[in-house]
Amino acid sequence: MQKIIVCLKRVVDYNVRIRVKPDGSGVVTEGLKMSINPFDEIALEEALRLREKGQAQEVVAVSIGPEDVQQQLRTALAMGADRAILVQTSAELEPLAAARILHKIVLSEQPGLVLLGKQAIDDDCNQTGQMLAALWDRPQATFASKLELKGTVATVTREVDAGLEVIEVDLPAVVTSDLRLNEPRYVKLPEIMKAKKKTIDVVAIDSLGVDAAPVLRVTRYDTPPVRSKGGMVKTVDELVTALRDRGLLA
Amino acid sequence: MSRILIIGEHDGRQLNQSTARCVACAAAINSASIEIVVLGASSNDVASAAAALAGVTGVLTVRTAAGSPALAAVLAPQIAALAAGYDYVLAPSTTFGKDLLPRVAALLGVPQLSDVMSVLGPRTFQRPIYAGNALVTIEVPDGTKVVATVRGASFKPVGTGPVAPIRAVEVSASLPTHTRFVELRSGKADRPDLQTARLVVSGGRGVGSAENFALLYKFAEQIGAAVGASRAAVDAGFVPNDMQVGQTGKIIAPELYMAFGISGAIQHLTGIKDAGTIVAVNKDGEAPIFEIADIGLVGDLFEIIPEIEKRLR
Repeated sequence: MQKIIVCLKRVVDYNVRIRVKPDGSGVVTEGLKMSINPFDEIALEEALRLREKGQAQEVVAVSIGPEDVQQQLRTALAMGADRAILVQTSAELEPLAAARILHKIVLSEQPGLVLLGKQAIDDDCNQTGQMLAALWDRPQATFASKLELKGTVATVTREVDAGLEVIEVDLPAVVTSDLRLNEPRYVKLPEIMKAKKKTIDVVAIDSLGVDAAPVLRVTRYDTPPVRSKGGMVKTVDELVTALRDRGLLA
Repeated sequence: MSRILIIGEHDGRQLNQSTARCVACAAAINSASIEIVVLGASSNDVASAAAALAGVTGVLTVRTAAGSPALAAVLAPQIAALAAGYDYVLAPSTTFGKDLLPRVAALLGVPQLSDVMSVLGPRTFQRPIYAGNALVTIEVPDGTKVVATVRGASFKPVGTGPVAPIRAVEVSASLPTHTRFVELRSGKADRPDLQTARLVVSGGRGVGSAENFALLYKFAEQIGAAVGASRAAVDAGFVPNDMQVGQTGKIIAPELYMAFGISGAIQHLTGIKDAGTIVAVNKDGEAPIFEIADIGLVGDLFEIIPEIEKRLR
């Protein structure tokens, strides 16, 4: 195929533990390390491998967000994406709005495949890929742990509650990645230098003519109740006694 | 008064317990009716089980091509067509519901709420974000259909009640052929189901190998428990993916969760927060799992499990 689009979201890094603001108005994200959403990074890695196998000619990384998102797109370019598109906005978007924006990009770029993570680790929504597939009226293969392309058909192994489900979808299609699809490569310094010469096209969100206004009202944020630390036991006898006292074991 | 439609999850023969958990969520919303739609079940048992759930006022059955498994691309247009008469569309936050409902929401042109964990008002819901490190309260404005997946671990399944009427409905929607089911490879053994089990025995990287997991299976069998695993154990190939517990695996709420050789990454803890009692056994006394365990025991799981077995005999 000619082209794969990979959608990336900038999120608070996987290793950072976030805090809720004391007044419940949001989550503290200022000054925290930001990264490509790990699931999206896996999606990008998969696209790069397909291109390296000669199954695609070009990998285009697309993101939506403020100017800072260019940092993550630069990382994507350093990993090996050929070019990038940033739909610039400072507004918080719901997944449906993101899907509408991505749909516009997909219509103008006409990729043979769209890859993205199954969920973003900030809002944990797990919606955007499915919504994009619906708007585009194309197949979706979510939670992919294996992806094989043959002609105009993709065979995808999906991680589902009951085990592994294999489905076949006609291309173009939307595939969302699960954790075990691959292990993303590390970026080496020369590639970071090379990536500086690659292009990031910045598109103003207003130019797309998409209804991206939020519908849902977020009224407050709370810190979840913490499970209090219990006690330690020293022996198996104590453990078994404690479980019997609670009526959990006979 | 408002009407609620729940998408029933089943494997063709049996209704999944996640559906009864959705009904519990629906019951917390002040509505005139709660209906369950069952699409493409090969057995009548599925609709009968749905009709018997307490609080359900009706069951709709939709016939699809014989034996066709649940594919989101095929189901979504049918549900979107049915949704016209409802104010709420709910589905379980299982891989089935997560795959399907966003496609339905996009066809309806409305946003979706994922993983509703509590109902604060008829249009106000709470859900977890950042792997459960924050909870957010969301209000759906009047006039917007509420489309939401329900976090099963937050709701106890409803029992049975008066049997609701079942009626077959015809849905006119054009169904795509671009998505085809090939096969389902199930790692499932004869053990209790991880998502509904009262007791769960779980292993992590510390178990060391696929062969060593036999120790956990044997112990689980003795006490009638399901077996789970951390992401590390699945990634290492010790066990299949359907055993993974955590942010991106299964979120479970057993009465007893026994973690062996699991260090307790935050993503794993997200999956067990609602467990009744958490027991942790780990060689490393500094392992984060001990921070949330109700009962902790520092030691070697290979010595401790046989000792527990001996005392329970």
